[in-house]
Amino acid sequence: MTVTGRASGGSRPFAGTGRLLRLALRLDRLALALWLLTFVVLAAGVAAALDEYYPLEADRAQFAERARLTPAVLALTGPAVGLERAGGLLAWRIGALCVVLAGLMSIFTLVRHTRVEEETGRLDLVRSTPVGRLAPPAAALLVTAGANAALALALAATLVASGLPAGGSLVFGAAVGAGGLFFAAVAAVTAQLFTSARAAKAMATLLLGLAFLLRAIGDASNPTGAGLSWASPIGWAQRTGAFVHVRWWLFGLLFAAAGALLAVAFVLLVRRDVGSGVLAARLGRERASPRLASVSALGARLHRGGLATWTAGYAVAGAALGAVAHSVADLVSDNPAVRDMLARFGGGTQLVDAYLVAMFNLFGLAAAGYAVAAVWRIRAEEVAGRAEPLLATATGRTRFAASHLWFAFAGPALPLMAVGLATGITHGLRTGDVAGQTGRLLAAALVLLAGVWVFAGLATAAVGLAPRGFLAVWVALVACLLIGQLGPTLRLSQWIMDLSPYTHLPRLPGGESTPTPLVALPAVAVALTAAGLVGLRRRDLQPS
Amino acid sequence: MPDAIALRGLRKSFGQTVALDGLDLTVATGEVHGFLGPNGAGKSTAIRILLGLLRADGGEARLLGGDPWRDAVALHRRLAYVPGDVVLWPTLSGGEVIDLLSRLRGGLDRRRRDELLERFALDPRRRAGTYSKGNRQKVALVAALAADAELLVLDEPTAGLDPLMDSVFRDCVREVALAGRTVLLSSHVLSEVEALCDRVTIIRSGVAVESGTLRDLRHLRRTVVAAELAGPPGARFTPPPGVHDLAVEPSPDGADGVLLTCEVDQPGLAGLLRALADLDVRALTTRPPTLEELFLRHYDASPNGQARPAPAR
Ligand SMILES: Nc1ncnc2c1ncn2[C@@H]1O[C@H](COP(=O)(O)OP(=O)(O)OP(=O)(O)O)[C@@H](O)[C@H]1O
Ligand SMILES: [Mg+2]
Repeated sequence: MTVTGRASGGSRPFAGTGRLLRLALRLDRLALALWLLTFVVLAAGVAAALDEYYPLEADRAQFAERARLTPAVLALTGPAVGLERAGGLLAWRIGALCVVLAGLMSIFTLVRHTRVEEETGRLDLVRSTPVGRLAPPAAALLVTAGANAALALALAATLVASGLPAGGSLVFGAAVGAGGLFFAAVAAVTAQLFTSARAAKAMATLLLGLAFLLRAIGDASNPTGAGLSWASPIGWAQRTGAFVHVRWWLFGLLFAAAGALLAVAFVLLVRRDVGSGVLAARLGRERASPRLASVSALGARLHRGGLATWTAGYAVAGAALGAVAHSVADLVSDNPAVRDMLARFGGGTQLVDAYLVAMFNLFGLAAAGYAVAAVWRIRAEEVAGRAEPLLATATGRTRFAASHLWFAFAGPALPLMAVGLATGITHGLRTGDVAGQTGRLLAAALVLLAGVWVFAGLATAAVGLAPRGFLAVWVALVACLLIGQLGPTLRLSQWIMDLSPYTHLPRLPGGESTPTPLVALPAVAVALTAAGLVGLRRRDLQPS
Repeated sequence: MPDAIALRGLRKSFGQTVALDGLDLTVATGEVHGFLGPNGAGKSTAIRILLGLLRADGGEARLLGGDPWRDAVALHRRLAYVPGDVVLWPTLSGGEVIDLLSRLRGGLDRRRRDELLERFALDPRRRAGTYSKGNRQKVALVAALAADAELLVLDEPTAGLDPLMDSVFRDCVREVALAGRTVLLSSHVLSEVEALCDRVTIIRSGVAVESGTLRDLRHLRRTVVAAELAGPPGARFTPPPGVHDLAVEPSPDGADGVLLTCEVDQPGLAGLLRALADLDVRALTTRPPTLEELFLRHYDASPNGQARPAPAR
């Protein structure tokens, strides 16, 4: 039997794609609308801020001069090219962030309509109806591509409404959409490799993070945009040159790369059976090890792989961060204006510290993402129907929840410790003070736990009190990311800034540390967690 | 000895949906009790209240002498549960799941576990994600049967088992019953219920419409009567009260007579026989209803199903 023979075995492999597409849109409309709203708010907010602070070309040129000399800022944003133009400045400021968000949107959407359907067995049901063999993946791809197209148009419209040229706005929107599409193709491949949707999402997200890291290092060491960033698809999307000098061929490169990945995914798809992965399943243990004797042991079994991956990723990212951080101080040590500007991102007077504060804040927010996902596991097990047999044994709900909460609260300490240590070591090697830097960066990383715990608490409260509204927790996390990113530029009013727990954290390293938030934030987290646990003990187990 | 399960007037709604509308259910200690009813009748809901997974809106529930919601953890040491739809952790092997669930319940009888694995012909080394539906069901069954539990709560436990495994399951339940343990068995398989259960409760739309031994049920219910007549009964024949589903058709064997069929309640039987005596009866057969007929009548929710719990005559 040939591969193509199997693939197009049915006479119409795409039959029913339209109906499946409508179903997918029906299921995803709220989530996709929230994603689009995030992009619109982000773009409109930054555009307004930039317009207020840098209204004239002279202002922007002056800023560009400073930005070019500030690798720390370049690592977070992109190459400092064309910043004299209002559109160029905006594209530079939010381009990388938008591509990362579009990538996340694409990964989640694509995996939800491919591997999740397969893992839950819903695909069997769908495939038993007269739909073609390739209709379900085609519908998944179409809905994801459509989301990226809608995103491109929404972004372009937002920029035009903010007074930017239509041509450049369209190119910018298209670049973000093309970047998103590329990561949809990445997810299409990982969805074929792994039998578990979680693993497929984790792997694709890891690759997204790697792409960001590559361009962060590349741009920090090369302000004009040459070098390592060319190895990163996020770098490609940024270099399409909206508002400056459009490089159409980079769109071609992005689409070709996405097409190649989709071809790989297609070959993998038609070679395997429904429900299987590419790696053959191995036999497991005949008896459980004596340690697998409690729900906590089961929780450890379920969480340990993910936590190990996060920790390793944080260690690598920290080592890279420490390696470039020092050059910040070297480059701009004689430019007091830049010191001022960055000091607003951070808290201390040392420029390199301010840079580390800004980066560590991102690690802290991502770690909160890990914690929220770990708490979600409580609900996910309930929805999947796996909580029921557990709770029918002599296992109380609190102990069941604790088996996951333990990882949500203590778990993030490991990746944060890893990033603190790794940054401290590489940064220390360059400054010649390994012991000192490791100590203060470790402390800086661990302080972030207070913010992580607030989100873990919020997620627990949602699981216990309003499980169907859990999406709000993710919305809150994205809102805090936006507040952190936009706040210093936009000069948001203090009460908005105060909504994010991360605003209250001491700006370490370098800033002064007051004990109040380090007591108050955990107290809030404990109160939220307690409320969630009480709710969980009182409510019905609801499989849907 | 107190009853293993006692539900009185149990109520549970999910928003607009009323799942249990005053359910009564009594399961005596040591009996195998069948729990039947059409899809959506509320069987799983009742079971999940018994397990403390759902909280009842009203009524009274006692399980092994305790409160199923408040004393859940303590009670669960003494029972084992097989859900109708078994979902397992895809990365754990079947053997690991069985050991884990047994240990969470309070202990593992290795010999019994291995013996059950053999009887059910289950390979414990396969990862749960790669089991077939029937094999997933077996994992849950072995974990439950290996437990030394006073009460087994089984929610459609044989859905997906092949006939051979079905008979293994029946043997296992008989052994459990012989050991004096209690079983609550929700099932749609009538032959299984007939083979295993001492008593049954039939529920519909969240209320019990019948409860008793199968013999009681059959005797209490109607008799099926078929009479071959030489000609149509004519106007003189008026069906007495208690006769249902009366039908008169041409004789199926092609003769010139007609076949009169009906069902009759026990109190109406004598009246029907008197009325038939006036007709030219060539042949007469009576038999108790089959189990299928019994259940179909209870399951049928249409107005002429005539199985309303309190029919207005
Ligand atoms: N979590 C829930 N939310 C809303 N409605 C529910 C929920 N669980 C059950 N129901 C409803 O309650 C009623 C009883 O359902 P239940 O699962 O108890 O039926 P059942 O007797 O077990 O049916 P089956 O024979 O199909 O298993 C149904 O109408 C069902 O739709
Ligand atoms: Mg049921």
